[in-house]
Amino acid sequence: MACEVISPGLSTTVQDRGRPGYYNVGIPEGGSMDRYSAELANALVGNPPEAAVLECTYLGPVLRLTEAATIAVTGAPVPVKVNGEERPGWTRLALEAGDELSFGTLGGGTRFYIAFAGGIDVPEVLGSRSTYILGGIGGVNGRKLEAGDVVPIGTSETEPPGAGTLPEEFRPTFAKEQSVRIVMGLYDHRLTEAGRESLLSSEWKVTPVADRMGIRYSGPGVEWKEREQPFGAGSDPSNIVDAGYAVGSIQIPGGTQPIILHRDAVSGGGYAMVATVISADMDLLARAAPGTATRFVEVSLEEALEARRERAAYRDRALTSLAEA
Amino acid sequence: MSTPILERREARYTWGGDEFLFVEVDEAMSLAANFKVMTIASKLAEAGLPGVTDVCPANASLLIRFDPDVLPPAELEAAVRTFEQEAAAGGADTLETRIIEVPVWYDDPFTAEVAQRFREGFHQEPEGSDLEYAAKVNGLKDAAEFIRRHHEQPWLVSMVGFVAGLPFLFQLVDRKNQLEVPKYLSPRTDTPKLTVGHGGCFGAIYSVRGAGGYQMFGIAAAPIYDPAQELADFKDFMVFFRPGDIVKFKPLDEQEYNAIQTEVENGTFRYRQAPVAFELRRALEDPEGYNRELLEALNGM
Repeated sequence: MACEVISPGLSTTVQDRGRPGYYNVGIPEGGSMDRYSAELANALVGNPPEAAVLECTYLGPVLRLTEAATIAVTGAPVPVKVNGEERPGWTRLALEAGDELSFGTLGGGTRFYIAFAGGIDVPEVLGSRSTYILGGIGGVNGRKLEAGDVVPIGTSETEPPGAGTLPEEFRPTFAKEQSVRIVMGLYDHRLTEAGRESLLSSEWKVTPVADRMGIRYSGPGVEWKEREQPFGAGSDPSNIVDAGYAVGSIQIPGGTQPIILHRDAVSGGGYAMVATVISADMDLLARAAPGTATRFVEVSLEEALEARRERAAYRDRALTSLAEA
Repeated sequence: MSTPILERREARYTWGGDEFLFVEVDEAMSLAANFKVMTIASKLAEAGLPGVTDVCPANASLLIRFDPDVLPPAELEAAVRTFEQEAAAGGADTLETRIIEVPVWYDDPFTAEVAQRFREGFHQEPEGSDLEYAAKVNGLKDAAEFIRRHHEQPWLVSMVGFVAGLPFLFQLVDRKNQLEVPKYLSPRTDTPKLTVGHGGCFGAIYSVRGAGGYQMFGIAAAPIYDPAQELADFKDFMVFFRPGDIVKFKPLDEQEYNAIQTEVENGTFRYRQAPVAFELRRALEDPEGYNRELLEALNGM
């Protein structure tokens, strides 16, 4: 089974849960930016959580099914259309051979996900089907979809869950304001007190410079401590001897615009990181459209771990709600 | 084993959220700091602790990714501190590695063309070339002298990353002889694939085309990242370089560069390389004398 790409959309890629274990040679984990939405799309069609889905950015694709297929669309709110007729999101849909799947205008957020029962069946590269565009691996020929591509879909071996739609209470919100929890650390001692205060008390806005690699914010900037730079560290006070970059870490080159690295992060470089977004809020960050007003809230490592447990429990309740219906 | 020579100061431990532990061995770059990083990283990789997903040694620090659901942060930190103490106690100042000859066309037309597009507002001295600027800031006579200094002594791969398979290189010479060049004032949006670049005290070879801020000196002739794994050197893995590799650049003229392009296209190109045991103590005591010995391994092939 397969689907034909009539029109690719702005940036549509194959993603799964990512490719851990190769960050030491500069290959990022990658995978779906909004892990929760992708996992729920898979659950709705009865796929295991590691199945590959299509991640669509802002402007969706137009696809034609070669055979009957079961699909679900989750993530950012978007009108889902089958042969031009609107169908619900967060819901299992049965499509016939020849059906055309298309999308309307996004009503917030950044990315939505299409799961097909059986999963996208492109070859695995280093244990994952995720597309890593910079390195040209995974997905369809290591790149975003293009018109004329034929995307292979696997055969489903599992039954879909009892419920065909996810209750509203388990659907994320896509607000224009966000509160993002961070753990201070790494090189935060290089900030002045005023610099630290500015990071934590200012409102920062997501700029249009935001993609799978990272998100850039505008705002009042921060102040670095002056010092004699260590050997090899470059001349700006925001420079360090090139080091590994944590995924979710915040760097502020020159003290002006914070950049938060996301799933397709560059693995290292010479800018000081001062904090890291907690794992539980990485999906939230993935949903931030340009213009989103953002506040960074400091939490401890213990609080980050507690938030991680709460997020896992919330996801489990969402999965259970599908199974029990 | 006499007195330990690895960096003895205690490393700084800090958390990158709930999935990363960052260990800064030293704020400044040095061969001894890098050696300690590599020693801790290899002990950690060998230990194979469940829950450790990535061990990323860098120039003077290491980054560890872990799953806190499997391995509590405190347990990971305790384990790494133990490895750090073992590394500091000595016994690990020899690295079994390889020396590799990397052919480079210096002052090539590909990087020159890109450099021309990023002068005003990007470069410190828009009217000259990157090579001329590098020669000047290092107090050298001209670009030719800088090129000679660049390929005469070998380099150590001190880190792999930024993007897939990109090696950071640290030249095996005394600190006073280290080439240092500031990065571009503002990063370029384009860098040719296989550009041999330099920023701060580090050399680099850009594995893929893309953004970059390092000064550009030449172009390496053969791939260092081959996702299709067509060349023999990539049979086992799509990334060529590993931390600890020793690199000797070999200058090429246009004809030699083109000959290698043909070999790459025919799938017959192989890097000249030989195994070596790299001894930190000797590299620190007499870099140039020791380098001559290292290069013999390559020349003896």
